[in-house]
Amino acid sequence: MVDFAGWEMPIMYRSIVDEHNHTRNSGSIFDVSHMGRLQISGTDAISFLQWVFTRDVEKMKPGQCRYGLICNEAGGILDDVIVSRDKKHWLMVVNASNREKINAHFHKVRKEKDFDFDLADNTESTAMIALQGPKVIERIGGHLEAVKNLKRYEFVTDTFMMLVKYTVSRTGYTGEDGVEVILSNKMAPMAMKALAGKFERPDATLKPAGLGARDTLRMEAGMPLYGHELSETIDPISAGLSWAVSFDKPFIGSEALKKIVETGPTQKLVGLELEGRRIARQGTAVTGPNGAGVVTSGTLSPTLQKSIAMAYVPAADAIEGTVLSVDLKGELVAAKVVKLPFYKRQ
Amino acid sequence: MSVPNDRKYLKSHEWHKLDGDIVVIGITQFAADELTDVTYVSLPKVGTKLTANARFGEIESVKATSDLYSGISGEVVAVNTPLNDNPATVNTDPFEAGWMIKVKPSNVSELEALLDAEPYKASSGH
Repeated sequence: MVDFAGWEMPIMYRSIVDEHNHTRNSGSIFDVSHMGRLQISGTDAISFLQWVFTRDVEKMKPGQCRYGLICNEAGGILDDVIVSRDKKHWLMVVNASNREKINAHFHKVRKEKDFDFDLADNTESTAMIALQGPKVIERIGGHLEAVKNLKRYEFVTDTFMMLVKYTVSRTGYTGEDGVEVILSNKMAPMAMKALAGKFERPDATLKPAGLGARDTLRMEAGMPLYGHELSETIDPISAGLSWAVSFDKPFIGSEALKKIVETGPTQKLVGLELEGRRIARQGTAVTGPNGAGVVTSGTLSPTLQKSIAMAYVPAADAIEGTVLSVDLKGELVAAKVVKLPFYKRQ
Repeated sequence: MSVPNDRKYLKSHEWHKLDGDIVVIGITQFAADELTDVTYVSLPKVGTKLTANARFGEIESVKATSDLYSGISGEVVAVNTPLNDNPATVNTDPFEAGWMIKVKPSNVSELEALLDAEPYKASSGH
């Protein structure tokens, strides 16, 4: 167990590779209750969200989820979040490490712009569980009726066993099919038992997985992690997240980002496949024909059995097939630029 | 978890076993479990001179990369090269087949400064 943003969390239950493989082949349960769950409602909820969030929320229908960024005025990323529209309110899921910062930012913006909305932080009264893997939908569909017809990036609120109210979205951070469930934290242990069955059994379809596997899974899926690929000094364009930015409306940072789009980012996030089996971790130096870069995440991919990494490199070197050099404590290893994601489910 | 009594330990989890006039070095099960699935072990070449309490190599797992330390000075006389193809041996059999290097000590009394099994267990939170 380790301290993760003030929450006590397991790196693993059995082994990182075991949990990673079980997720890709069957399904895993992740306790992601540490993530911040904010609720926004009121007259100016939409105007406020349009102002702080990089996606256009006005046209979102109730039941839809959207991934996007919260930026500062320079276009630097304060957090990457998922916003969901419910009938009478909005839900925003934020990174645990940024919960305080985002709350403070939203209070400040509300005051400055005199927006009229309510902001509630429901993190500590709720739990959030991610069930990810090819067998998840079929396994829990019998218990959670609402899941069967849910499309990707859609959510629904329902009642389980007639007393547990839950919200389930077809979203996730592993590159597999699956859901994320939000429910009252008092009900979570009981719901888990009913939902996942005896997950200590060696032949269990769904088994628990910890932070270690969560990291290797998202890395293979080419998904960014705040504090690694994303930070306040990195903008969404350089991070390859232009698709999550809509210039149809002004938002905090939009002017700065428009300039970056115009001139082109100087550094870009790329995927790297290294020769050999040594791992390039965050901070590892990258060199190429057009200058220096830096690794933001790296691991030995359990699914691909290759050493993979994500790195920021000069834009001119960010071309698929370019061979760069990575410095592993004095040993120079060749690293080829590849398209993200490294892994895509069939 | 038991820890063999026939060898000495560093707090950093490297075991040192005197075998005739050679010292064999590896890491404990506790350390291997903390690392989880070992993916690579970087070991020195035969002939390398080691200094006591200096780093002699590196061990990588999906989770982390850690330095390996020698508790004694001496010369590397053998390296467990099968670990290149089978780094997982460190996880499955760290005290025997997972040995890493064999060292000819320049001063075998340096071993006395290392920890016995029980003090090592106590120091590492077994």
